[in-house]
Amino acid sequence: MTYLAKPKLHHPTLAKNKVGYTRRDYEGKISTLCAGCGHDSISAAIIQACWELDIQPHRVAKLSGIGCSSKTPDYFLGNSHGFNTVHGRMPSVLTGAYLANRDLIYLGVSGDGDSASIGFGQFAHVMRRGVNMTYIVENNGVYGLTKGQFSATADKGSKSKRGQINNDAPIDLVSLALLMGATFVARGFSGDKAQLIPLIRAAIAHQGAAVIDVLSPCIAFNNHAGSTKSYDYVRAHNEAVTRLDFLPPREEITVDYDEGEVTDVRQHDGSIIRLRKRHADYDPTDRTRAMTYIQEHAALGELVTGLLYVDPESSDLHRQIGSVDVPLNTLAAAELCPGAGALDKINAGLR
Amino acid sequence: MQKIEAVNDFVVKFANINGSGSASANELLARAILRMGVPVSPRNIFPSNIQGLPTWFEVRVTENGYLGRRGGVDMMVTMNPQTWEQDVREVEPGGYLFHDSSKPLPRGKLRDDIHFIGMPLTEITNNAYDDSRQRQLFKNIIYVGALANLLGIDAAEIEKLFAEQYKGKEKLLDLNRQALALGREYARENLKAIGLSVERRDRVGDKIFVDGNTAAALGCLYGGATVCAWYPITPSSSIPEAFQKYAEKLRVDPDSGGRRYAIVQAEDELASIGMVVGAGWNGARAFTATSGPGISLMSEFIGLAYFAEIPAVLINIQRGGPSTGMPTRTQQSDILACAYASHGDTRHVLLFPDDPYECFEMSAQALDLAERLQTPVFVMSDLDIGMNQRLCRPFAWEDGREYDRGKVMTREALDGGADFGRYLDSDGDGIPYRTYPGTHPTKGGYFTRGTSKNAYAIYSEAGADYTYNMQRLLRKFETAKSLVPWPVLTAAKYPARFGAIFYGSTSPAMHEALDALADQGIYINALRIRAFPFQNEIADFIASHTRVFVIEQNFDGQLKTLLVNEAGINPASLIPVLHYDGTPITARFITREIAERVSRLNVRPLREDRVA
Repeated sequence: MTYLAKPKLHHPTLAKNKVGYTRRDYEGKISTLCAGCGHDSISAAIIQACWELDIQPHRVAKLSGIGCSSKTPDYFLGNSHGFNTVHGRMPSVLTGAYLANRDLIYLGVSGDGDSASIGFGQFAHVMRRGVNMTYIVENNGVYGLTKGQFSATADKGSKSKRGQINNDAPIDLVSLALLMGATFVARGFSGDKAQLIPLIRAAIAHQGAAVIDVLSPCIAFNNHAGSTKSYDYVRAHNEAVTRLDFLPPREEITVDYDEGEVTDVRQHDGSIIRLRKRHADYDPTDRTRAMTYIQEHAALGELVTGLLYVDPESSDLHRQIGSVDVPLNTLAAAELCPGAGALDKINAGLR
Repeated sequence: MQKIEAVNDFVVKFANINGSGSASANELLARAILRMGVPVSPRNIFPSNIQGLPTWFEVRVTENGYLGRRGGVDMMVTMNPQTWEQDVREVEPGGYLFHDSSKPLPRGKLRDDIHFIGMPLTEITNNAYDDSRQRQLFKNIIYVGALANLLGIDAAEIEKLFAEQYKGKEKLLDLNRQALALGREYARENLKAIGLSVERRDRVGDKIFVDGNTAAALGCLYGGATVCAWYPITPSSSIPEAFQKYAEKLRVDPDSGGRRYAIVQAEDELASIGMVVGAGWNGARAFTATSGPGISLMSEFIGLAYFAEIPAVLINIQRGGPSTGMPTRTQQSDILACAYASHGDTRHVLLFPDDPYECFEMSAQALDLAERLQTPVFVMSDLDIGMNQRLCRPFAWEDGREYDRGKVMTREALDGGADFGRYLDSDGDGIPYRTYPGTHPTKGGYFTRGTSKNAYAIYSEAGADYTYNMQRLLRKFETAKSLVPWPVLTAAKYPARFGAIFYGSTSPAMHEALDALADQGIYINALRIRAFPFQNEIADFIASHTRVFVIEQNFDGQLKTLLVNEAGINPASLIPVLHYDGTPITARFITREIAERVSRLNVRPLREDRVA
């Protein structure tokens, strides 16, 4: 962490986005994480993605659980409401918040301890329900705040800083998300912002449960030789299957690609995910194939990254419930209370 | 042989097999008596089972309107050989036992001090029906017919109930009518008259007959709850189910057909309370319904909601604990678990409804209180109120009543330069202002957390910030005293040295016991506590009596502990009267226990006819 306060004055020539904000307006408090922490890069990517998407910062609600990763929502989008909930339970709190107001943009930030251990169940169920959110897992395979214990995403055979070998099979959150019905599934790496920022942009635009598992090395407890979540290891085994550009609705398409090289996936809101496939045989709209593909490459020791699956016909919880279009938290007694007349009828039926 | 003779004042208990459709038949009988203008109080005493285990249904006929459980059985209807011996034992001397005489009586001790009424029920049923399901269902209706005849219940009332229930299903209606007639005719021709009878009165008035869970669901609907998150658990599951049933009819946008509510059946209680907290944080009125084990699971979140000051309503339908305990039995044993739920120093607002009317009223009020006080509020019902139909005042709602949304800072106020500190005591009542997420582009945003913070919601582990916050929370709890429902005093006819404190489902049995004690010359002032935190008047009440009985349906005397802890009461001044076997407390139990204790306290009669 740094002790230097962020200057409050912005340079007058800083570029503004379409809603009149500079990139600095999307920043938050100064990070208290270790210098070099992967999580800070993810925060920076979130800031960049939101700025590029022309989102008004206060229209975002950012929620997290407990752990190093869950501290990060304090370090971006300082004018957004944030909620640092309890360990592993961010998904339920976010679900409730989403039920209350469907108009905000929901960002859930969690870690591998939070999502793959104590919150494994909530992670799975929030995907099942199709809560319209972007779920970012800052995955480092280790418990940082309690100083270096293995997490459930640590690979079998991986070595801890203290020299212990992990004997348990790892949980692959990407595979689980696919299985549980997430409609946007991606894996990124905190060290590859060029890949991560468009992933976050596309995930935010996605209407439904979007999850990005971001490998985010822990500089203090899991960046040594023998770890499979270190910067070096992830770089060496990263197998990006897709590169994507994200085009918001009605944005002019300016870049030309050769025919056959790109696939456009149009989402509900009209936005387009333009995929440049690195692997010719990869189809990110084929859920079954994506699951097999991830497993096949995992067996080869490769870490498949990029947009792994997207369902352009995704649905979300509010649509499934059939709730009104206006946020439930704006309804007043006139709309909610059936009134004395209806109660008299109910009374009459109870005699 | 002695014969119990009673008009409109007796207890009939049905011993049945779970899953045989008996509860609806028994309820039919109860409703018919109600329609004759005579109050009844039914209680379903059922096992944690879907089919096969013994189940009982008690109908108390009570012209005086004593709706608690009296204790004792005047007439037993034995339809379950499994429990024969115990059922025979339970009948009061001079009482009646109605049984199926198709087969020889089960072996076991018979009694010569009760009247056996045999009817070849199986034989009659099997002769009339070929289909096995019909045999099972109509056997119930046939015994209802026979009992109606024996007890003088107007068959026309039962037929009217059939007509309401089977509107548009003429075939079913006819079949039920026939079965009823079959039972009545047999009884008329073959059974001797008994000493129990129902006579038409006008003692029901405009009262309604409803279970507390339906009432609580309606309270949430009328109180403006838009988010319901829950996990199935006996005896609370019928609350969200009733909420859904009524909301589907009454909470739909007439133009778009969109629902003005959201219900999620969560994966567990951790998630259901998490959703309620999330919705409350985001400005929607949200509730969950659960029972003791759910409260245990929710405790971490309850602590978060308390400390982060998020409105939440929890309707706790208490059952027998600890652990799985007795899931289909009733207790008031979550008082302390709820009052202090979570680690750390927490205190929560509890409301104690005593009947369905108050379940309705207090559930709606809980939603107001939760937002006014920005804290979790518990409605402490129990299985006895929640799952039994009870005669009560009709639900009431004043048109134009607005919801109290509490201190919410608006965009306009923020633009007007208001000093927004999320945890700042700007009004001196301990209640801070909050903003809904998304209110203002640059002002009013804050980071909610369970960790300590200063008055402006900035992370802080400074001792001074922490103590400021805890002191403010204490002030807020003081403020709550003036907002929660006040206790209700039932004064004795004569000045009384003894007091009694009770709450919740004990209420009807207690009122009956007070009358019975007064008949014995024991006069007691009674205070029904309706909420925690306790108002100072409760301590005053205790101070003005030599001794105060605290009547509860738990083993530990939990409300007594809470009174000692929170109202500074000398424990020696409180005498616990505890009923904790899982069945609803009875008037006879309370009367006996208090009378015994009064005599043990060696009280000399002040006058000939007055003992205390």
